[in-house]
Amino acid sequence: MKLRGPAAAIAVITVVILAAAVTVLHMGGAVILNPKGMVADQERTLLIVATGLSLLVIIPVFIMTLVITWRYRETNTKATYQPNWDRSRTAETIWWLIPTALILALSIITWQSSHSLDPAKALASSTPPITVQVIALDWKWLFIYPDQHVASVNMVQFPEGTPVHFVITSDAPMNSFWIPALGGQIYAMPGMSTQLNLMANTTGDFKGSSANISGVGFASMRFVARSSSQLAFEQWVAAAKASGNALTQASYDQLAKPSSNNAVKVYTLTDRSLYDRTVMKYMMPLPQSSELGSYGSTQ
Amino acid sequence: MSVVRAVAPPDNDKTLFGFWVYLMTDCVFFASLFATYAVLHTSTFGGPGSAQLFDLPPVLAETFILLTSSFTAGLAMLAAHRGNKHQVLGWLMVTFVLGAAFLGLELKEFHHLATTGNSWRRSGFLSAFFTLVGTHGLHISVGLVWMGVLMTKVWRSGLTAVNLKRLTLVSLFWHFLDIIWIFIFTMVYLMGSLS
Amino acid sequence: MNLAGRLTVSAFMHDPITMGGVLMMIVLGLGVVGALFYFKRWRWLWREWLTALDPKKIGVMYLGLASFMLLRGVADVMMIRVQQATSVGASHGIVSTDTFQQVFSAHGTIMIFFVAMGFMFGLINLIVPLQIGARDVAFPFLNSVSFWLYASGLALINLSLVIGSFSPAGWLAYPPLSELAYSPGVGVDYWIWSLQIAGLGSLLSGINFTVTILRMRAVGMSLMKMPIFVWSVLCAMALVIFAFPILTATLAMLALDRTLGMHFFTATGGGNPMMYVNLIWSWGHPEVYILMLPAFGIYSEIVATFARKRLFGYKSMVFALGAITVLSFIVWLHHFFTMGAGADVNAFFGIMTGVIAIPTGVKVFNWLFTMYRGRIKFATPMYWFLGFVFTFTIGGMTGVLMSVPAIDFQVHNTLFLVAHFHNMIIGGVLFGYFAGFSYWFPKMFGFKLNERLGRYAFWCWFVGFLVAFMPLYILGLMGATRRLDHYDASMGWQWLFIVAGVGVAIICAGIGFQLLQLAVSIWKRKANQDLTGDPWNGRTLEWSVASPAPVYNFAVLPVVSERDPFWEAKEANQAYGLAKYSDIVMPKNSGMGLIIAGFAFIFGFAVVWHIWWLVALALLGVIVSIVVRASDDDTEAIIPAAEVQRLEAAARARRQTA
Repeated sequence: MKLRGPAAAIAVITVVILAAAVTVLHMGGAVILNPKGMVADQERTLLIVATGLSLLVIIPVFIMTLVITWRYRETNTKATYQPNWDRSRTAETIWWLIPTALILALSIITWQSSHSLDPAKALASSTPPITVQVIALDWKWLFIYPDQHVASVNMVQFPEGTPVHFVITSDAPMNSFWIPALGGQIYAMPGMSTQLNLMANTTGDFKGSSANISGVGFASMRFVARSSSQLAFEQWVAAAKASGNALTQASYDQLAKPSSNNAVKVYTLTDRSLYDRTVMKYMMPLPQSSELGSYGSTQ
Repeated sequence: MSVVRAVAPPDNDKTLFGFWVYLMTDCVFFASLFATYAVLHTSTFGGPGSAQLFDLPPVLAETFILLTSSFTAGLAMLAAHRGNKHQVLGWLMVTFVLGAAFLGLELKEFHHLATTGNSWRRSGFLSAFFTLVGTHGLHISVGLVWMGVLMTKVWRSGLTAVNLKRLTLVSLFWHFLDIIWIFIFTMVYLMGSLS
Repeated sequence: MNLAGRLTVSAFMHDPITMGGVLMMIVLGLGVVGALFYFKRWRWLWREWLTALDPKKIGVMYLGLASFMLLRGVADVMMIRVQQATSVGASHGIVSTDTFQQVFSAHGTIMIFFVAMGFMFGLINLIVPLQIGARDVAFPFLNSVSFWLYASGLALINLSLVIGSFSPAGWLAYPPLSELAYSPGVGVDYWIWSLQIAGLGSLLSGINFTVTILRMRAVGMSLMKMPIFVWSVLCAMALVIFAFPILTATLAMLALDRTLGMHFFTATGGGNPMMYVNLIWSWGHPEVYILMLPAFGIYSEIVATFARKRLFGYKSMVFALGAITVLSFIVWLHHFFTMGAGADVNAFFGIMTGVIAIPTGVKVFNWLFTMYRGRIKFATPMYWFLGFVFTFTIGGMTGVLMSVPAIDFQVHNTLFLVAHFHNMIIGGVLFGYFAGFSYWFPKMFGFKLNERLGRYAFWCWFVGFLVAFMPLYILGLMGATRRLDHYDASMGWQWLFIVAGVGVAIICAGIGFQLLQLAVSIWKRKANQDLTGDPWNGRTLEWSVASPAPVYNFAVLPVVSERDPFWEAKEANQAYGLAKYSDIVMPKNSGMGLIIAGFAFIFGFAVVWHIWWLVALALLGVIVSIVVRASDDDTEAIIPAAEVQRLEAAARARRQTA
């Protein structure tokens, strides 16, 4: 059957451009489709399954549109014309049921994946997790390793195959903490702690950023997430401890002042309560910090 | 009463229905403020909470004044349906005075809070309190202006169909504010003092 | 006390690109004023338009302003596209970060509030009274106030370009970024007050059209005999009534934080920024459907008309509209799955979001079966409809993907999300309004739009849309977040941004064709005249009257017994009968709506700049104007029966020459 008319042209254009898009995605630059971590891997699978499910309805709709608009075009006087035929219980029942079935399947997937991929849920692994406290600042990321007694700016390192338990807050407007190669993002909010569990499957440097606008320096809030061997990680921790930079309340306050494009810097951590104090200062007036409310007019 | 209905303009129904719809939007507006208050009422940021701040007797007085004003507004409407212009003006005046007294007491409470270091700047809780109660107060003020204008109209042109329609609307508005206040009294003051 | 508040000379200083925009606005404004003087059209403008209470005229004014704002919004897009295509590595593009952030915030705000809402209320004003067989809306004066409040908000947001600056905090201005601590300038205040004023207008319109539809339908038009467009508007207006008060309250609280130092949404002081995000989306998600539902209604009308067949599954369609209306209030959390609400909460909102796809899918099937066994005529409105079916389904698919929280974690706040909602709002909403515009254009002006140029415009929009947004989907999957004013060359994103820019250029060509189409159609209006009032062989009551519709809409109020009353009347050869005419009472024109909204504009400006004496004065102005208007008992005029007779006879004569 030959198909012409506007719907056919529209379909051809759509399919050509979609095909081009799929080709580009196959070229491999799409980090979300080429994950390097356990969580991102499951999220990609989910994306593909859900796409497949949707196509079950979408492709028939496209084809029906093509066929119907061609067959019942004005000039085709041979086609049946029933101007008053406006209901069919069977037909309508069918197309209430088709999307319902699809959404039912999707709902099961949604429910299960929301729980299995809950960012706050610890990852199953024989290796014990390491904890990293993350503070979003104007406009850089501070990573604190409370157990290793080190800290770093705009770079976070951890051993491959080890679950990393990120605890995240902000000492600035809301940001969103995201390492796409390893898994989905979560908001970083002042006075709040959110959690994210990720694990890298391989070694490598992965790109991290803030996904939520937080002011003029927001585009520069990039960081490196380095997955390394256990040994390299330990060496990095040792180097940080030997760096001579101490992260104290005073040096933190200095760091927290607005600045962008900060170079990577490592610290030795002297004060383990820094993260908790940073969260708490938004909930309660702290002694000797009367200036909390008047922050930020330096822009 | 039937006589009055007969002279009412045909769009009375539309206006009245429209006003009900408006009241519903106002309900949603207040609901947003109530929800906000519910979220923030413990966010005192180290400052005093509702149990320390609220004093029930004056608020009870406010409540009685407003309830009474709702009753007198109803009496004004009854008088209007009887066609008694002087009674309408009299009861409206009583309602107006009671409403003004309510507003005065509320402003007195606000003033007291603000001058004892507990203004709306103090905490999220106080911001929500001042805004919720203040928005009701603002509505009361609008009602008072409306009533004032309407009294001069009734005084000048009598109980015309248009004025009757306006009277119906203003009394609806007034009863609505009464109901909102009952919620404020319960949720903010009563539950606040008991907590 | 400083009489000028915080307004200083520096408010008039801008960077060169903004200055260019300012100059263009000033030249355009002077041009319009000059033309009005030159052609001596001030009196005409005042009498015929500015004081008009006729919803058809108010509708045309909405459409005019919305079209103007579309051009402004597209100018913003061009800057965004050029910036993102050039600001790579060592280059920092054409504008500063601050300007860039203002531009995308303005783009989103303008497109939703002043373009989409403007088009929607324009078409509703034009068509709803005609479709329900009424002469007017329930509250004609209130309608004019609504329109002028919209115009005031629009003026205020444009003024921010000239005096001061606009918000850099995104179109929804999340706190704490939008709080005084992080955004101390006037930008966020401009955002708040232009939306607050325009939003109040929308809320009043919502009340007005709810009452109009529920109380003013023709005799015999029960709810289940209403045209489907009217149903879609009724659902949208129900959403307005329930959603817009939340917006008003939320904006008011943000304003109180910023002007009186309150702590609703501040990071510290006991404020709760997450509450803002919840509140704003409790309005924001219904808002999406406020825009979408009338577009659905338009598509339904168009498909039935051009397939020359009854709408298939009318009851299903109404039920689907109702289901979407209710569901749209319980999905708001899907805009922030990444806040960490917990698996149960996220799963609930994810599933509810998926459930909305069911009634939406049913609508698509019903449209397809309306065409099945029809006789489809492919006029321009049908092109927009077909384009919509393809783009909207793709957007629907990506929306379903994002309804799964675990997928959303990976694409939230990326260009994938940006592509998704443009898919819905351009491919769904805007295409629908364009379709409605060309469909009902003859009813407004008495002549049809040029078909060929309309098709050219469609093809440019359609191709341009895909070329502009497919790269954004890809970029999102490559990890590109939204609102970036700069990125590293190593990301490998630049060529896709350039392709997206080409797409925007094609869309601009489409807009060019639309402007050309309008000009050519006006130029050659004699050739495209609609003498019958029924250019498309329509089905509903608006086509039973002359084009352009007379001021009173219907000389004799229609009595309805069928769902497609005009179609049925034509089938029974009873479409045009002679009747005995009587006097018609219509509201007199009034400039008070303009004056009240003018004071609201001054109020907004004065609050933004903290000029407190002017705030008080403007408020007083509003109150006094309302009291004056309420005291005016002489608000109606009579069109004598003889005049009606004359107009109707002329219309009949015109119809017979066709």
